[in-house]
Amino acid sequence: MLTYTFRRTLVSIPTLLFIAFVIFFIVKLSPSDPTGNLPLTIPPEVREKIRESLGVNQPFLVQFFLWLKQIVVTEPLHWMNETFGTQFEIGQRILSYQTRSPVMDLIVQRMPQTLWVVGTSYVVGVLIAVPIGIISAYRQYSWFDQAGTFVSMVGFSVPPFFSGVLVIILFSIIIPRESMFWLPSIYDTTHEVVGWESFKFQFRQMIMPVMVLALQTTAQISRFLRASMLDNLNQDYVRTARAKGVKERSVVLLHALRNSMIPVITVIALGVPAIFGGAIITEQIFKVNGLGQLLIIAIQGGDVPTVQTITFMFAGLIVLFNLIADILYGVFDPRIRYD
Amino acid sequence: MTEVKAKGQKPSGPVGAKRRVVTREQILTVFPEQTLGVHRSFAGDVWAQFKSHKGAVFGAAVFLTIVFLVFFGPMIWTIDPTFVDIRSRNQGASFAHPLGTDQLGRDLLARVLSGGRVSLAVGLTAMALSLLFGSTIGVIAGYFRRMDGPLMRFTDLFLALPLLPLLLVIVMLFREKLSGVLGPEGGIFILMVSAIGLTSWMQTARIVRGDVLALKEREFVLAAKSIGTPSRRIITRHVLPNVLSPIMVSATLGIATAIITESALSFLGLGFPPDFPTWGRLLFDAIDYTRDYPGRVIWPGLAISLTVLSVNYIGDGLRDALDPRLRGR
Repeated sequence: MLTYTFRRTLVSIPTLLFIAFVIFFIVKLSPSDPTGNLPLTIPPEVREKIRESLGVNQPFLVQFFLWLKQIVVTEPLHWMNETFGTQFEIGQRILSYQTRSPVMDLIVQRMPQTLWVVGTSYVVGVLIAVPIGIISAYRQYSWFDQAGTFVSMVGFSVPPFFSGVLVIILFSIIIPRESMFWLPSIYDTTHEVVGWESFKFQFRQMIMPVMVLALQTTAQISRFLRASMLDNLNQDYVRTARAKGVKERSVVLLHALRNSMIPVITVIALGVPAIFGGAIITEQIFKVNGLGQLLIIAIQGGDVPTVQTITFMFAGLIVLFNLIADILYGVFDPRIRYD
Repeated sequence: MTEVKAKGQKPSGPVGAKRRVVTREQILTVFPEQTLGVHRSFAGDVWAQFKSHKGAVFGAAVFLTIVFLVFFGPMIWTIDPTFVDIRSRNQGASFAHPLGTDQLGRDLLARVLSGGRVSLAVGLTAMALSLLFGSTIGVIAGYFRRMDGPLMRFTDLFLALPLLPLLLVIVMLFREKLSGVLGPEGGIFILMVSAIGLTSWMQTARIVRGDVLALKEREFVLAAKSIGTPSRRIITRHVLPNVLSPIMVSATLGIATAIITESALSFLGLGFPPDFPTWGRLLFDAIDYTRDYPGRVIWPGLAISLTVLSVNYIGDGLRDALDPRLRGR
């Protein structure tokens, strides 16, 4: 198992390097100028010096490796200095063109909002999907299964930017503000939970973004679990278990479900990056100032380092969860390990 | 009484064995009338199975209606979608404007119809492009063993790219340049189509590769090889027609993803220019007026969702119809 994990981890390093290169290359092709947003009164010589200090004039490969060094060496060292009080010598951190502050600090500020919304919706989505998948498979072609199929088809097809707007129209506009079913359409990230009342408010403002994101998760995972359960319920070991007189509940929930979850866990792990992508749109609708919104602002402002770093973080997430999916697969299905 | 040989019965039995005769009536009890004497083609089989999938038929009907409306609608509803009539702005539904007007007095029905043209055109073209890439890479990787490793690693690398952020960046960067060369509309159209096509071919490539790998071992390919057919012709004559079904299924799914991606980019303000309506752009423009005029958001959103839903149902039906294990059950 250890060698398997180790081998998988090694394979993901070149992938990550390639992605870093592609991202850097595409973003560097942009004609955007780091001094473009500065006042026009700055003379050209000074502008040239600013460009030089930001290292924009160096050859492409030098810039790429410097950026890579900043991400892989400088930022982790800085993080260690901050948390453990070590005194590592660190170089220049990645600076945003827009705010002139380290990009990682911006990301750390934005991270909790995104993680809260995305994390909750993913957990909620999976928790809803599992029972739906089990029942749909156990009662195949029943009305419940038909309804589940339809709902997941809708979940696949209605894009988050429309479902988001729909729930806003329904819950914040049609329902009057005094009603207990009214929900705020703007997510207030400065809100702090201190007591029961503020918790209730936090809960209410999270319902809509979480619902929108969870709809897609539920649609996908319940379909996968249904298919996987159907495969397993027709297997011989299920018949054997029933013949032995094992209770129906244990046959379905212990024997069949356990084996059905193997491919589904992979799907769950692989879905995490996609939901971060969905969060870009959801954050735009509900005005959450998270990572996605930071990315959009940076793209519009031509803020090359921020765009590169956030995109690279998304890529890192994808590779990381691919790795986790691989390893989990190895844990649950021993046959995979000995390839 | 006509004599028909039973299906699967050898024309001449072993020497001395009595020839068994089956009457037409006996066969008719097993096989229904319409299956006998009728030439059954592949397309006919597929259509018969497709017809039995209610959702797929319904989806096909809805999709064809939308395509029809979008392509012939502007000829009947001749109001110019960009015509600004500031005095009749923000109107509700009326005979003059069945879906109302927007904040500049432009007719919403005309805008939804002509927006649909662009959205569908982007969806279809991007799908065609991604199919072209996907099947080419899939066939080459599956057929030529030496290319398999590198091409599939390449596909995996593409699968690991964060697509939405990258698409945003690509569109943002190249919009100005291409608009300068090809004009604002043509430039952004080509940019959108190629960006979406270049980032959505991976699934097709994987599926096609898997099928080609299995096909390559079949006898008819071996036979073609043994009489010296060049690889190029084996691929076009024998391999491609046999992987058509997975390609068709991923085509329908490709249309759906392309339409959603285009709308998502437009929704984030990085799509077509404002005076050039597409469904995503209409939705984006209407967001600020959601509170007062929710209808303006609902129509384009409904158009996107209905199109994608119908295409997905068609894909579902096609998958069942093209799967020989499911067909004829």
